[in-house]
Amino acid sequence: MSRFREMIEMIRMALNAVRTHVLRSSLTILGIFIGVFSIIAVMTGIRVLQSNLESAMSGLGANTFQFQRSPAIHFDDIDWEKILRRRRFFAANMKRIQEKSTLAQAVSATASFGVGEASSKFARTNPNITGVGVTPDGFITQNWTVLDGRGFSEADDTSGRRVCVLGADLAEKLFPLGSPVGQSVKFCGISYNVIGLLARRGSLFGQSRDNFLAIPLGTALRLYGQSLSLSIQVQAPGRDTYQDVLEQARGAMRTMRRVEPGIEDDFEIVSNESSVGQFRDLTSAIRLGAAVISSIALLAAGIGIMNIMLVSVTERTREIGIRRAIGARKRSVMIQFVAEAILLSEIGGVLGVIAGIAFGNLICFLVQAPPVIPFDWAAIGLGICSAVGIIFGTYPAWKAANLDPIDSLRYE
Amino acid sequence: MSLIRIENLARHYVMGTETVHALRGVSLSIERGEYLAIMGPSGSGKSTLMNLLGCLDTPNEGVYELNGENVARMTDNELADIRNREIGFVFQSFNLLARSDALHNVELPLIYAGLPPKERRERARATLANVGLGDRMHHRPNELSGGQRQRVAIARALVNSPSIILADEPTGNLDSKTGVEILGLFEELSRRGNTIIVVTHEEEVALHSRRVIRIRDGLIAADEINREQRAVVGGAAVALSGITPLFIA
Ligand SMILES: Nc1ncnc2c1ncn2[C@@H]1O[C@H](COP(=O)(O)OP(=O)(O)O)[C@@H](O)[C@H]1O
Ligand SMILES: [Mg+2]
Repeated sequence: MSRFREMIEMIRMALNAVRTHVLRSSLTILGIFIGVFSIIAVMTGIRVLQSNLESAMSGLGANTFQFQRSPAIHFDDIDWEKILRRRRFFAANMKRIQEKSTLAQAVSATASFGVGEASSKFARTNPNITGVGVTPDGFITQNWTVLDGRGFSEADDTSGRRVCVLGADLAEKLFPLGSPVGQSVKFCGISYNVIGLLARRGSLFGQSRDNFLAIPLGTALRLYGQSLSLSIQVQAPGRDTYQDVLEQARGAMRTMRRVEPGIEDDFEIVSNESSVGQFRDLTSAIRLGAAVISSIALLAAGIGIMNIMLVSVTERTREIGIRRAIGARKRSVMIQFVAEAILLSEIGGVLGVIAGIAFGNLICFLVQAPPVIPFDWAAIGLGICSAVGIIFGTYPAWKAANLDPIDSLRYE
Repeated sequence: MSLIRIENLARHYVMGTETVHALRGVSLSIERGEYLAIMGPSGSGKSTLMNLLGCLDTPNEGVYELNGENVARMTDNELADIRNREIGFVFQSFNLLARSDALHNVELPLIYAGLPPKERRERARATLANVGLGDRMHHRPNELSGGQRQRVAIARALVNSPSIILADEPTGNLDSKTGVEILGLFEELSRRGNTIIVVTHEEEVALHSRRVIRIRDGLIAADEINREQRAVVGGAAVALSGITPLFIA
């Protein structure tokens, strides 16, 4: 008997059997559904956050790390007092890193100097625009692309010129009709000449990363004082030199900040890689929790399937006898019942995968990220369901297949 | 070569400390195309013999050759295939799948034979039409009368063109008029060349066959040719004549 045709037939029979006991089947299906749903929803949610994160976590370029006071991602149990006691980074620190990091390709410093309202002669914004000071190499280390005009020169920085470049969203708002280059923008009461327009960077966790204005760091320090808190970015020429560059710069930073040997850094080093790694560590607890819940639910559901199948075998003893009498092999009976168990399990599994992906993607609205379909987890989920069906359906099916045909035919 | 040859067939059941000897050594030959009745009082071993002939059960002793092949030594799978291809069962209690319609019930043996859906549907339809149920294909067993159910069962037994049709008390659950109709159907099938073995404890039923084997206490008591067989004409039984003993144990 052709295997394929047999399978089709078995699935048809299984569907029939499941249909005749809708209520009983639904309860079992519900168990599987919960198990699959919980794992798929959590994995989808994490995947959404992660893909968003990986694309643009800290806004740093490739092979770039950043010195900063506080960690990029943190739990509640962070020691804020310790962090706040840390000394800030100053322009002199950057200069020193620049000198000592002989292996680095680019070293830059950035500092936010204010949040406020920006205006042009055409429009004005809400007071939610971030102003940052950036050294010329900041364009490289932060992966900024200048679409129109130019970036900052050394001269802009050292002589503190009142020039700025605009993020894409801000430029659109202030200059809806034409290029902003050559125009004037007023931010926190000071006018700047727009010399460049940056390419769009997109949003991260629901926040636009193009709603800002950048001025030379030298200008910012002059206007807002030397005490601005800096972050320092260092870019390595390539992946192979990254670790050396990092160690060199870190050593220089420790010396400068007089960190004794054997004492931990009094600063954080952040990179795209470390951010993603930290995110993974953070979510591993959630992942583990989801895996435990889903395992328990699937185990319970599996036992439910076994139970329902044993009842089904007893109820259908006569049917089994009839099938055996007209020529069904033991194997056919076995396949029929295993198929039924798999089908029960897979109905719950498919529903769980669909609902889990939908639910997990709800977080997309929160962070305004594109939805994610985790095909690998969907496949794993359905695979587990088949396994549950096979594992818990085999014993009842074996029992069915090995019933004595004559006794079964006499069964009332 | 005989269709069926059994020699010293014995079957006992062990129940705790007791052993029930259902068959104590039965020898018999059945030719292709015979219409045979197995008679005997309740508990005499008729069903046990039937189950052995139908390859649902294997003997403790003896030889059973079906089409020259020794069935007693076959594996479970081989027996299943023989039941599928060579045997058509008709039971007293019909034994149809309650949740399936007539057509699917008749199709079932063909499913296990591995026929493609289109072909098996066609054959099931034709067979159902042959037993006079062309207009009841999609009725479920509980929507059919007893006689109609037994016709569906007969169609299911016939659909694979088996070598033998085995009927265990096929009229036992039917009123006498419907019973006669079913016997008429068997006669018709016999005329068309089918081999039919009917188990019964009713003389009335045995009268329709051409050969009667009487069993008592697990042994053959008599094997007789029924010379003037009773025929069913127009749905009513007409008695013709008696039975001539052929062999008395
Ligand atoms: N599965 C079984 N287990 C134990 N005893 C059985 C079994 N099947 C039949 N018997 C016994 O074997 C004898 C013959 O039974 P059976 O062939 O069913 O008789 P009949 O069909 O002629 O009424 C009876 O005594 C019956 O009780
Ligand atoms: Mg009986």
